[in-house]
Amino acid sequence: MPFWRRESATPFLLLTPALLTMAFVVIIPLVFSMYTSFTGYRLVKPDSLYDWVGFRNYARILSDWEFWVPFGRTVLFLTVVLNVEFLLGLGIALLINRITWGQRTLRTIMMFPMMFSPILVGFQFKFLFNDNIGIVNNALQSLGLSDGAIAWLVDAKLAFFSIAIAEIWMSTSVFAILLLAGLFAMPRDPLEAAKVDGCNAWQTFRHITLPFLMPFAYIAMAIRSLDVARAYDIVTVMTDGGPAGRTEILWTLIARVGYDNSRMGMANAMAYVSTILSILFTWYFYRKLVAARRYMGGAQ
Amino acid sequence: MAEITLDKVVKKYGAASVVHGIDLEIAHEEFVVLVGPSGCGKSTTLRMIAGLEDISGGIVRIGDRVVNDLPPRKRNISMVFQNYALYPHMNVRENLGFGLKIAGESPDNISKRVDEAAAVLGLTPLLDRTPAELSGGQRQRVAMGRAIVRRPEVFLFDEPLSNLDAKLRGQMRAEIKKLHQKVRTTVVYVTHDQVEAMTLADRIVVMRDGRIEQVGTPMEAFNHPRTTFVATFIGSPPMNLLPGVIAGGAVRLADGTTVPVPDRLKPHARDGRKVTLGIRPDDISPVGHGLSQDGPGAEVDLTVELAEPLGMESLIYTRLAGQEVLAKLYGPRIVQPGEQLTFRMALDRAHLFDAETGQSLRLD
Ligand SMILES: Nc1ncnc2c1ncn2[C@@H]1O[C@H](COP(=O)(O)OP(=O)(O)O)[C@@H](O)[C@H]1O
Ligand SMILES: [Mg+2]
Repeated sequence: MPFWRRESATPFLLLTPALLTMAFVVIIPLVFSMYTSFTGYRLVKPDSLYDWVGFRNYARILSDWEFWVPFGRTVLFLTVVLNVEFLLGLGIALLINRITWGQRTLRTIMMFPMMFSPILVGFQFKFLFNDNIGIVNNALQSLGLSDGAIAWLVDAKLAFFSIAIAEIWMSTSVFAILLLAGLFAMPRDPLEAAKVDGCNAWQTFRHITLPFLMPFAYIAMAIRSLDVARAYDIVTVMTDGGPAGRTEILWTLIARVGYDNSRMGMANAMAYVSTILSILFTWYFYRKLVAARRYMGGAQ
Repeated sequence: MAEITLDKVVKKYGAASVVHGIDLEIAHEEFVVLVGPSGCGKSTTLRMIAGLEDISGGIVRIGDRVVNDLPPRKRNISMVFQNYALYPHMNVRENLGFGLKIAGESPDNISKRVDEAAAVLGLTPLLDRTPAELSGGQRQRVAMGRAIVRRPEVFLFDEPLSNLDAKLRGQMRAEIKKLHQKVRTTVVYVTHDQVEAMTLADRIVVMRDGRIEQVGTPMEAFNHPRTTFVATFIGSPPMNLLPGVIAGGAVRLADGTTVPVPDRLKPHARDGRKVTLGIRPDDISPVGHGLSQDGPGAEVDLTVELAEPLGMESLIYTRLAGQEVLAKLYGPRIVQPGEQLTFRMALDRAHLFDAETGQSLRLD
């Protein structure tokens, strides 16, 4: 009997399509890109694929401000966006949790921004913040709050701010929804115990509700940190990393190096370094989540 | 001084009224137990005293203050919840000290009082654990500790023992009693378990469907139930209730058996009145095996349907006037189903209730 007819081979045979798919879609590209990051591969010179350079790409990146500045900007962007989204999401969740009528409708409406493609959100905010025809400048001038046209997408700080607004607008509901789920799951007893123990509304929130919600916030942060760390589309559409690299973040930089400058080997090396950033963030929030879940086992 | 006064207290949820105007006065340092079947409004009443539930009508006073509009934190109370309601993210020490911390006590003072309370309740070795790492009984203790460290004027307990197994429940019951003797405060304790009510209370308040059925010492409620409801609710196994009609100074039961009306109830027993005869299992015993042999009595021959030997006594299921009746046999004698025995009903502790209102005749 040939080996593939044996019963012990059946599970492996059945798994073969999945394994092949995995291999073609994940493993081979991963190994290949890993390999190219050790070569001087340029898209325009296919032969350079065999040009093994060892750690030279990595050494260059790690000693190059051209890389570290976007890296730091990405971390800053991540920190600002996640914190603002957390605070806004928390506020929205608390408000929605309060209302008794029309809650479902509001929950649905709240998710609308997530339904748009990030590219479209980018275009939308690009127009909102346009210095000539944008509604933001128009509104500010009509209200008499500013007299000249503010160059939202040109000034480094303002551009950063505008992109952050777009990102926050699009994804705050991730926090709001998860935190709302947390509020729904919250046991009522400890809240009442806290009231009897002498807490006013703020103290109850601060000492009881918030700690209970934190695991939910950590889940949202883990999801969103992965999202934001690979932010690309909104930034590309709104500023394309410019002007003059002032809003360059990791993935716009990587795309530029890889496709515009066609230095694919270098770009892949950068991508691997930035993956480490994502892993670190996710690991951090996951640790927090696990710690928080340990005591939540006793939430009865 | 923390006496509690409820004056025509009403609770409504929307149009549905669940507490219908309760009047109750609880003395300083008294241990009062609200007891009644599930859903009768005990928790709601307690929560109105705590301030966790709005008061729809009437007045609640603690000490000499009307507290209707005060939030719980201004009522100087503490409460032990059925599900313990510990703070899951704090360890035992923090759980115990939380109220003091919120009250702005100094850390030294907090740790001193937490240690004291922990020692009283045997929690000292558990201080660094989180609630998730405790057993049910231990969580229960923490919940009590959290209530006592704050030294409030009033303790409120809502079925604090109902999630524990029978043995632990017995132990904790004794501890609560001891605790009250040590930390003298006013206590309002809610339970559906009449044994807990009997053993703990200075006075019990029997509730039914949002009304108070009877208030009195455990012995009063046991010996002088005002209604058939109290009669069957207090005491275990419950009092036997047999419908009958007064005829010639006796109660005639459905099958024609007559039981003489005890002298003390004679004035209320006019002929033709429909009544319910109430008699506890302890007061129906085979002749020679009862609690009391003298005093007025009536003898009937009954067939044993089932006997449950409990050691020094047996519970006997028998049938009188077509109804199941429980009797007790005192003494280590084995009884067989089908056995015919002469039972003596001790009538000095028998009760008569009006068949329609369920009120005891002595209240006419
Ligand atoms: N939030 C609520 N809304 C409507 N009805 C309620 C609410 N809470 C309690 N009830 C009703 O009030 C009655 C008394 O409840 P409760 O005080 O909890 O009874 P128990 O004596 O078992 O503690 C019950 O019939 C219950 O269904
Ligand atoms: Mg209850």
